[in-house]
Amino acid sequence: MKYESQKVAKLYFIAAIGLFVGQILFGLIMGMQYVVGDFLFPEIPFNVARMVHTNLLIVWLLFGFMGASYYLVPEEAETELFAPWLAYLMFWIFLAAGAATVLAYLLVPYATLAEVTMNHLLPTMGREFLEQPTITKIGIVIVVLAFLFNIGMTILKGRKTVVSLVLLMGLTGLAVFFLFAFYNPTNLVMDKYYWWWVVHMWVEGVWELILGAILAFILIKTTGVDREVIEKWLYIIIAMTLITGIIGMGHHYYWIGTPEFWQWWGSIFSALEPIPFFMMTVYAFNMVNRRRRNHPNKVAVLWALGTAVMAFLGAGVWGFLHTLAPVNYYTHGTQITAAHGHMAFYGAYVMIVLGMISYSMPLMRGRELCNSARSQTIEMWSFWLMTVSMVFITLFLTAAGILQVYLQRFSDNPMDFMVVQDKIALFYWLREITGLIFLIGLIVYIASFFVGQDEPEATVEPLK
Amino acid sequence: MAQAFTKAMARNIFYGGTGFFFLVLLALTFQTHQEWPELDNRQAINDVVTLGKQVWEDNNCVGCHSLLGEGAYFAPELGNVYLRFGESTDAIKGFIASRPAEGIPGRRSMPQFNLSEEELTAIAEFLKYVAGINTAGWPPNIKG
Ligand code: HEM
Ligand code: HEM
Ligand SMILES: [Fe+2]
Repeated sequence: MKYESQKVAKLYFIAAIGLFVGQILFGLIMGMQYVVGDFLFPEIPFNVARMVHTNLLIVWLLFGFMGASYYLVPEEAETELFAPWLAYLMFWIFLAAGAATVLAYLLVPYATLAEVTMNHLLPTMGREFLEQPTITKIGIVIVVLAFLFNIGMTILKGRKTVVSLVLLMGLTGLAVFFLFAFYNPTNLVMDKYYWWWVVHMWVEGVWELILGAILAFILIKTTGVDREVIEKWLYIIIAMTLITGIIGMGHHYYWIGTPEFWQWWGSIFSALEPIPFFMMTVYAFNMVNRRRRNHPNKVAVLWALGTAVMAFLGAGVWGFLHTLAPVNYYTHGTQITAAHGHMAFYGAYVMIVLGMISYSMPLMRGRELCNSARSQTIEMWSFWLMTVSMVFITLFLTAAGILQVYLQRFSDNPMDFMVVQDKIALFYWLREITGLIFLIGLIVYIASFFVGQDEPEATVEPLK
Repeated sequence: MAQAFTKAMARNIFYGGTGFFFLVLLALTFQTHQEWPELDNRQAINDVVTLGKQVWEDNNCVGCHSLLGEGAYFAPELGNVYLRFGESTDAIKGFIASRPAEGIPGRRSMPQFNLSEEELTAIAEFLKYVAGINTAGWPPNIKG
């Protein structure tokens, strides 16, 4: 760690991990409700648990991105953060707003929340992932703008690198596309059309710039490969991301009242979306193989390679699986979608945030380069526990999805939705059990911060 | 990568490609707006439907159901529920109004939302409007 102000990241990362735990607990509640329908009913209805699960995911990833930026940008810009106090202030505002919103989901009926926050004045609530009261959404905009200002000013006063520039573009895009959350016409088709300008443009557009920039930073730091090489790769990967991903948004415009030409545009361009993910995998392994030094923080390198592989599997392979219009006709809105959503979010965004934490947290806690060997070993265990469980969660949901599609939509005697749900319950049980192992992995992850603290840092053989 | 391929070239592909395809998106979006009046059943939208969409959103129905295949996968698709319920708004209203407050032992159950008669009518009319949207033949069958 070169600059004192990088330390603000620590607070953001701690909050991120805390909210991650909450996310998983509510995932497990829902997983239980899938098989024991009246579990916690009517105290925590499924839709409430789902809002908590997905909104905590988004909020903790945003905490993670912000923390990563506060760590990365001063180091890249070779200057202290423009206004550390602003970063601290925004942290507490964001945390308080996030906690208040989640508590409100849990404590009052959603309709009451809509009423007391005067949703009718500017209705934005009640849409997937955008369930937050309008006032919370406005709060998010303010926090993100203050954050962008802080990061932007830091870059302006210091060295401008490709990594921090790409990061800044990604974060700016995140803020800009979020504004579509405020557009909610009665016309459902138009509502849905622009809803995707938030959701798709985030995960298959601007967030990938953030992912690329953080990954590039970790690779530069841990491999010692020439920055020029990494930056060239970064540009070409994000070029492919947006060239395919912008029109690739058409894969959501097949069956929602949009013109049928989207079936062609969406299928062709989104079928190319795996390319940048594949390039990212090739590049990450290439850089590690061509490393000019052996970095003792092995677990950070593991996360970096892991994110490249798992993002390719989750987004690239599982995305491609259902992205062509004739396939999507059958799989649209089934457990196949859920399978893909889980592995893609985990591979691309959970793992990159955990990777950045893994690289930077030891340094912020006063280590020279990395944690002790014991702490790293425990963290590696958590890596494998969480990653392998996520692979199996995805496989079980895919199996459930294939059966669901066949029984409900494809066979000669299609069955009712609820009848099919009963028939595929076995796979939901398996998903839930695997989810418990994921939780154990997460607990092990947290434990890795507390073990081996008084032991010396891990060392490696220098590269010959 | 070959030496002939420089970072400046990669950067130009990024800016050029992004700019170009964003313009393509705007053009396709413009064309989509042109075709919507024929597809999106806008002639069915009135004050009751508007209230119905508000009821839909204020009770977070999409947190369990999918609507035109988007939302949650815990409960049945509702984009075509009006057709599944024999084109009867009364059947939809009756179903929503009769959910047991304490649920059904061991099974998934829809909450009792205590909607007023006006809200029940509105949500049913909203779902009727959605069923009239041209979805290019989706879902594959009436089961949703
Ligand atoms: C890291 C990147 C990605 C993430 C985090 C992600 C996540 C998601 C999520 C959460 C959904 C469900 C949205 C909803 O609730 O309606 C979804 C849907 C979808 N994704 Fe992705 N995705 C990613 C990349 C991709 C890629 C690269 C492709 C194509 C190659 C793809 C294809 C699709 C398709 C076709 C759907 C619609 C599924 C349906 O019709 O139900 N995704 N994605
Ligand atoms: C490990 C235990 C987990 C369990 C048991 C679980 C369970 C669930 C369930 C039941 C749903 C709702 C599906 C529906 O609408 O019917 C859901 C949605 C979702 N979960 Fe999880 N989850 C877990 C972990 C995660 C993790 C680690 C992530 C992120 C990486 C995640 C991201 C999501 C997303 C993005 C959705 C929305 C999916 C969509 O709209 O297609 N979950 N989860
Ligand atoms: Fe997408």
